[in-house]
Amino acid sequence: MKTLERARSAAPPSGPGESPAGRPFWTMRRRDQLAGYLFIAPQLAGSVLFVLIPLALVFWYSFHEWNTLAGTFNPVGLDNYRQLADDPKLPGVLRATAVFSVGLVVLNLALALALAVLLNQRLRGSTAFRTFFFSPVVVSLVAWTIVWGFLLQKNGGINAGLDLIGVKGPNWLRDETWSMVSVIVVQVFKNVGLNMVLFLAALQGVPRELYEAATVDGAGRWRQFRQITLPLISPTILLTSIITVVGSLQVFAQIAVLTQGGPGDSTTVLVYYLYQQAFKFHHFGYGATLSVLLFLIVLVLTVIQWQMRKKWVFHES
Amino acid sequence: MSPELSTRAKAVLYGLLLVLCVPFVFPTWWMVTSSLKPASDIFAFPPSLFPKNPGVDAYAKVFERQPFVQQYVNSMYIAVLVTLGTLMVSSLAGYAFARIRFRGQNALFLVVLTGLLIPSEVTIVPLFQMFNKWGLIDTHWPLILVPVLGAPSVLATFIMRQFFIALPGELEEAARMDGLGRFAIFCRIALPLARPALAAVAIFTFLHSWNLYLEPIVYLSTPEMFTLPQALTQYVDAYGGPMWNVQLAAASLTALPVLAVFVVAQRQFVEGLAHTGLK
Repeated sequence: MKTLERARSAAPPSGPGESPAGRPFWTMRRRDQLAGYLFIAPQLAGSVLFVLIPLALVFWYSFHEWNTLAGTFNPVGLDNYRQLADDPKLPGVLRATAVFSVGLVVLNLALALALAVLLNQRLRGSTAFRTFFFSPVVVSLVAWTIVWGFLLQKNGGINAGLDLIGVKGPNWLRDETWSMVSVIVVQVFKNVGLNMVLFLAALQGVPRELYEAATVDGAGRWRQFRQITLPLISPTILLTSIITVVGSLQVFAQIAVLTQGGPGDSTTVLVYYLYQQAFKFHHFGYGATLSVLLFLIVLVLTVIQWQMRKKWVFHES
Repeated sequence: MSPELSTRAKAVLYGLLLVLCVPFVFPTWWMVTSSLKPASDIFAFPPSLFPKNPGVDAYAKVFERQPFVQQYVNSMYIAVLVTLGTLMVSSLAGYAFARIRFRGQNALFLVVLTGLLIPSEVTIVPLFQMFNKWGLIDTHWPLILVPVLGAPSVLATFIMRQFFIALPGELEEAARMDGLGRFAIFCRIALPLARPALAAVAIFTFLHSWNLYLEPIVYLSTPEMFTLPQALTQYVDAYGGPMWNVQLAAASLTALPVLAVFVVAQRQFVEGLAHTGLK
C-alpha cells in the first residue's frame, strides 16, 4: 500500500487541463479522487433519495393526520403517538411480532446448526442432502407459502397424514394457538438452508487438529462441541442471528398469504399491521408512526447485538 | 467431527437425515402432483402420492384466468434488470470504498451503510408517496429503482467492498505502471477477479427480486403489470376462496424453473453464498 502511495504522488504529470502555472491540475491524485466520487455516486444518490429522504419523511408524516381517501393532510403534533400508546391492538401486535421473531430465530438457528453438524460428518451423499435442505431457499416465497397453506388446511395433507396414524390434527391456520406456530414453521423450512450453508462453511474452517487433540485429552463429543466448535464459529452465529432477527421483523408475504393476520389478530405482526393501516385503511399518518416504531425496534436490536459481539464472539488472539 | 463413524452411527445418521428431508422436499412434490389432479381429487382421502387421473386442466386455467405469460415476463425482466443494475452499482461503490482514497470517504460510507439498518418496509409509506407524485404508480419503476439504488443494494455494496479489500495491491500497482486509469483497473483487473463475489451478489439479488411481494401489491394495480408472487394469489373463485389446483399449477410453473437451475448449478450456488466474505 505504501508503495502505491509513493507511485501515486510520484506519478508523472499527464493529461489535459494543465493549469497556467505549469503544474498540472489533474494530478494522478486528483483524478483518483474524482474517480472515487464518480464510482460511489449512484449508490450515494440512491441512499439519499431512497433511504435517507424517505426516513426523514416517515418522521415528518408521523406528526400529521393523513387520510388519502378523505384527502386530508393536517399537522396534529403528537396525536399519532398518543394513538399509538392507546391503540388497543398494539400490545397484541407487538406480542405477535416478538413471538414470531423469537420463535423463528431460536428454531432457525438451532435447526441450521444441527443440520450443518450432521452434514459435516464424513458421510457419503451429504451433498445430495445439502441440496435437499437448501432447495426451498430457491423456491419462490409465495409459491412455497401457497403449498403449505394447502397442506395445513383442516382437511389438508398434514392432517390426512396425521389421521393415518390416528391423530386428529387441529385446524392449523384457523386456530389461535396453532396459527403462529404454523407461520413460524413454514418460514423456518423455507430459509433454514441459508443459515445451514453459512454454518457449514464456518464448521469447515475449524481446524481438525483441535478435535484430535481434544480426543486425546479424553473430551467427549458434546464437550468438544461446546468448547471447540461453538466458540470458533461464534462470529457466524452472531452474523446469522442478526440477519435472521432483522429478516424476521420484515415478514409479510407469509402472513398475507397464510393467515391475513388472523384468526383474530393472533398473527398480525408489525409490518402487516403497518400495511393494513397505510394501504388498506389509508391512514398514512398512523402508518408512518408505525414505521417509526419499526425503525426504532430494528435500531435497538441491532445496537444490542453489536454490543453483544464483544462478550460473545471468541477471538483467536 | 471425529474421523471415523461406526456402521451403526452411520445408519442412525442416514435415518435422521432422511426424516429431516421430508418437510423440505415433500411440499414441492405435493405441489406438483396436486396440480395434476382434478379439483375433485385434491382433498381425496386417503391422500395419494401419485395422481390417479393426471391431467393438465389446471395448467390451462392458469393461462385463461390471468395474463400469466405477461406476468412471467414482468417478473423475469424486472429480476434481470435489478440484478444487472445491482451488480454495476454495488461493484463500483464497493470498489471505491475499498481501494480509492478520497476526502469524506468514511462519512460517505456511513451514509450508505444506514441502508443496512433500515428495512425497506420502514420507508414504504413515503416511497409510495414519492412515486405517486412522480406518476410512477402502476409502473415497474419502483420495483427496479429502489432495489438497485436503495437499501437492498447496500448489502451488495458491503459484500463487494469486503471482497475488494482483500485483493492484493501489487496487481493494481503493476497496472498503474502500465498507465491504466482507475476505470480501466476496475474493469480489467478488479472486476474479473471478483467473479465469486459477483456470482453470490447476483444470486441473492435475483432471488430477492423474484420473491418481492409487499412492494408489488403496494405499487401495482392492473393484472398486466403484476409480478408472479402477486399473480399467484389471484387465482380465487367467485367467493374469494382459492382455486387450489390452479394456484398449485401456477406455483409449480414459477418454482420449477428456478429449482431446475439450482439443481444443475447447486455447487457453485451454495459455495458462492457460503464464501461471500460473510465470515
